Amino acid sequence: MSQVNRIAASSKRINRNRTLTFTFNGKEYQGFEGDTVASALLANGVDVVGRSFKYSRPRGIITSDSQEPNAIFQIGSTQATTIPNPRATQTDLYHGLAASSTNGWPNVDFDLMSTVGKLGGSMMPPGFYYKTFMFPQSLWMSYEHLIRKGAGLGSSPQQADPDSYDKMHHHCDVMIVGAGPAGLAAALSAAQTGARVIISDEQNEFGGSLLCSKQQIDGELPSQWVEKTVAQLATMDNVLLLPRSTVFGYYDHNLVGINERRTDHLGENQLQSTRQRVHKVRAKQVILATGAHERPLVYGNNDVPGCMLANAVSTYINRYDVVPGNQLVLMTTNDNAYKTAIDWHQAGRKVVTIVDTRESSNGELVKKAKKLGINVIFGHAVIEVSGSKRVKGVDIAPINAVNHSVTGAAKHFPCDTVASSGGWSPVIHLSSHTGSRPVWNEDIAGFVPGETVQQQHICGGLEGVYDLSKVISAGFTTGAVAAQAAGKGEGSYAGTLPQTSDPQEDASMALFHVPHSKKTSRAPKQFVDYQNDVTAAGIELANREGFESIEHVKRYTALGFGTDQGKLGNINGMAITAKSLGKTIPETGTTIFRPMYTPTTFGALAGADVKHLFDPARFSAMHKWHLDNGAEFEDVGQWKRPWYFPKPGEAMQDALERECLATRNSVGILDASTLGKIDIQGKDAREFLNRVYTNPWSKLAVGKCRYGVMCKEDGMVFDDGVTACLEENRFIMTTTTGGAAGVLQWLELWHQTEWPELEVYFSTVTDHWSTMTISGPNSRKVLEKICDVDVSNDNFKYMDWIEAKVAGVKARIFRISFTGELSFEINVQANYGMHTWQAVMAAGEEFDITPYGTETMHILRAEKGFIIVGQDTDGSVTPQDLDMDWVVGKKKEFSFIGKRSWTRYDNKRDDRKQMVGLKPKDPNFVLPEGAQIVFEKNQSIPMTMVGHVTSSYYSACMGYSFALAVVKGGISRKGQSVFLPLSDGTTVEAEICSPVFYDPKGDRQNV
Amino acid sequence: MLHIHCPYCEEMREEEEFSPAGQAHIQRPLNPEELSDEQWARYLFFRKNPRGLHHELWLHAHGCRKYFNMTRNSVTYQIMETYKMGAKPSITASEEGQS
Ligand SMILES: [Zn+2]
Repeated sequence: MSQVNRIAASSKRINRNRTLTFTFNGKEYQGFEGDTVASALLANGVDVVGRSFKYSRPRGIITSDSQEPNAIFQIGSTQATTIPNPRATQTDLYHGLAASSTNGWPNVDFDLMSTVGKLGGSMMPPGFYYKTFMFPQSLWMSYEHLIRKGAGLGSSPQQADPDSYDKMHHHCDVMIVGAGPAGLAAALSAAQTGARVIISDEQNEFGGSLLCSKQQIDGELPSQWVEKTVAQLATMDNVLLLPRSTVFGYYDHNLVGINERRTDHLGENQLQSTRQRVHKVRAKQVILATGAHERPLVYGNNDVPGCMLANAVSTYINRYDVVPGNQLVLMTTNDNAYKTAIDWHQAGRKVVTIVDTRESSNGELVKKAKKLGINVIFGHAVIEVSGSKRVKGVDIAPINAVNHSVTGAAKHFPCDTVASSGGWSPVIHLSSHTGSRPVWNEDIAGFVPGETVQQQHICGGLEGVYDLSKVISAGFTTGAVAAQAAGKGEGSYAGTLPQTSDPQEDASMALFHVPHSKKTSRAPKQFVDYQNDVTAAGIELANREGFESIEHVKRYTALGFGTDQGKLGNINGMAITAKSLGKTIPETGTTIFRPMYTPTTFGALAGADVKHLFDPARFSAMHKWHLDNGAEFEDVGQWKRPWYFPKPGEAMQDALERECLATRNSVGILDASTLGKIDIQGKDAREFLNRVYTNPWSKLAVGKCRYGVMCKEDGMVFDDGVTACLEENRFIMTTTTGGAAGVLQWLELWHQTEWPELEVYFSTVTDHWSTMTISGPNSRKVLEKICDVDVSNDNFKYMDWIEAKVAGVKARIFRISFTGELSFEINVQANYGMHTWQAVMAAGEEFDITPYGTETMHILRAEKGFIIVGQDTDGSVTPQDLDMDWVVGKKKEFSFIGKRSWTRYDNKRDDRKQMVGLKPKDPNFVLPEGAQIVFEKNQSIPMTMVGHVTSSYYSACMGYSFALAVVKGGISRKGQSVFLPLSDGTTVEAEICSPVFYDPKGDRQNV
Repeated sequence: MLHIHCPYCEEMREEEEFSPAGQAHIQRPLNPEELSDEQWARYLFFRKNPRGLHHELWLHAHGCRKYFNMTRNSVTYQIMETYKMGAKPSITASEEGQS
């Protein structure tokens, strides 16, 4: 089929020399460069583009912009490039575009569900969601798949997105949203002060309403003025022009989020550049020039394809050379919409009649229409449309808008298109994003932006100013004022204003709901929100059921819940609510709009922060060795730590048992580089440690190490580690791998906010050092081979540290142990890490030195009852709960952090959860970590839970399984049995014991 | 997204460089051992949650690592001032006519 609705070439926006072929629901069509998918479909005479959500009614294109509720498609030819839910009215046509309806099942022309009555109206009354969610879950389950399939709003891509995305950050003096007459004027005016200006517009080219207006500016078509102005702006270095760029959000402190669609209009797989770019603009001043959206009228069967917004019809005619029908009936409450009938008439098609709801009007446009011979009927309205897949005719009747009544008999007129205009609604969405409450402006019967704390200016249609001359003049003024507020210019525009004369218009009528001869509840459906099938009757029903707040009405009826955020229907819905409650619109109020203005793809928001760039990874200097030696890794914070080192064919448990036995019987080696390391210096360093650690540090001599525990002020353990005295006023503190950043921040907090008088400095040196721990009875023999000092027990005692050369490299060696075995922690400058590691491995070869990872480390330390903060503790555990009172200084002068809280009533209870060991009765059964513990095996549910398992392993060294746990009053319950009811229904018995399972006297680390 | 002036860096920086650290101007009692449980709990747990002006402690975490104070409106998110540790706020709720 040819483009039956395409008229003779007149618009410069359509390039007839470039024909584009595309498919819609599998059928091939042609359009031209410059078309949107919507204009191309209308050119081809496609009426039905989807089915409605609830009633499955055929739906057509209504608008030409972001308000579109029906033409919401699935666009893209593959599972990698498909995009759910773009509006056809905002999608530029490209060659090969493949679009399909998202909400027709099995297809839009023949809909099974409406035939069989599926979820027909009676099954989904207003409040359907609300009621369904309140019901037992099973009811929702039975509806869900039907709703998803029938209503489905597009489907997500099933394959990885081949496109790339990025982000840019900007600072500017004046950010202008919207490049219609107001925005362009503001941009020119602001830019001429030298201010840095960014102007963005969601459309493919700048100009807004001027692109299809015929009201001359300076004696030329307004598009000429647009062209000149844009050309002038383009030459200015201080101006950034962003077409195809939607401002999706306006955030606090004048942050504006913009999504620039860079290649979407060129087609799929445009891999030569980023597909979309998010601009984050921090603007000194923001000018909102977002204009206004036309409001449809609400009348019977107003959703039949062929019912459109008046302004949209004009746009299709003037901008796209498409007349979307043959016989037009225009219903209007105002003079402005007469333009549509005039455009239609001048395009050579028939205007059946204009139906004006007002008693009279003598405006210029009215006169012009009459002069052209167009029939005008005043005091009437279209009360009902006939037709199902296309308008076939209308019933027109005299109405009384004040009484909301039809006052005479209806008369039928055949036609195929109904254009309606109920006036204009300022696009207040962005100004609402920052929390500003819109206010009702009676003069224009619409909401306008209210007070705001942002550095925000508004002008043009958004202010409720619609006369072009006033809009342009306001733009120039606002641009200058905003620039001055940003410190540029004198605050007024010095140039000459472009001249245009506005047609004289008579007052419009506020009409939000066209009466019908039947009661609203019995009249044909009068749609308010097309996307959610919300009708006037539905809103009235919600009000009758007691939902009076507009926010409740919204949630009950789903008004404004679609991807269009109610752009088309919100004001009418609020007005109908107000009327039915006997309130005014300002009393009823408006719902609040939030970002996103229109849906934004996840790809754009993620930008380049995907895959390996999603989160930074940290690697130790020995990482390559671990890779080469088959390590499995685990994430600890951002660190990639070896988890275990399986040999070929070895299962995880086999590897762990081998690593544990090798360490206990000979020697193992662990890469411990990730432990946090903080260099602490200053004459008050020692005093500072006294205050933040629970144990005393006054007497720790140079060359000695000490284990310390840190608590929060509430007395709960939050980190632990070994700190060594390097010099009299210098210490190196180690923290847990995951706690490093938090501990540094904690130290800084106390120093900066409470004790600034203490002279102490903290530097993180975690990445400066590579740390390898050799552990096991043969560890000394290994070290002796490559170390230049005597490391015998006499010369190098447990909990000492020394400086020495290891493999020719300067090292700090700490004789500390987290395994309970004789251990040496060798620290070298990180860039010697690999060298030293390899030297240690070579020296250890004769002892079969075995690398082990975090899992074996966890098992070995648990056998010794050493806690891991964050695994065995959870922020509610004191040192006393851990049976670690030995780490608490009793004679410290300063009331160190956490101390006072231990004597709080709650922390003195003897039934607190306390750290204990657990031995399962079945020595081969490993208790699940997190399993809950009860004292009474046969207690009925809910059982009294008295603790849980924090760490649990099988010990190859001991030959049985064991666990660490917290149990209420557990320290005094050693020897007693507890029970663990598991998720599989079985209950396991275990015995409470000491948490130190292996070498309780600590002989092995002291040899 | 707040735009925050670090009083140490003396520059406006994006919110993502900062971490909030709770209510400002809470002084640790000098004599914890002499306080009753109730007095200690008041220091430990009780915090203001005003609608309107609030004095907050912030950290320039990904910047100079300094803690500083901020007077912020909890309703409008306007930042009235930021000031260094040890300084007093120049704008307080009573001056704004709030309680
Ligand atoms: Zn700073």
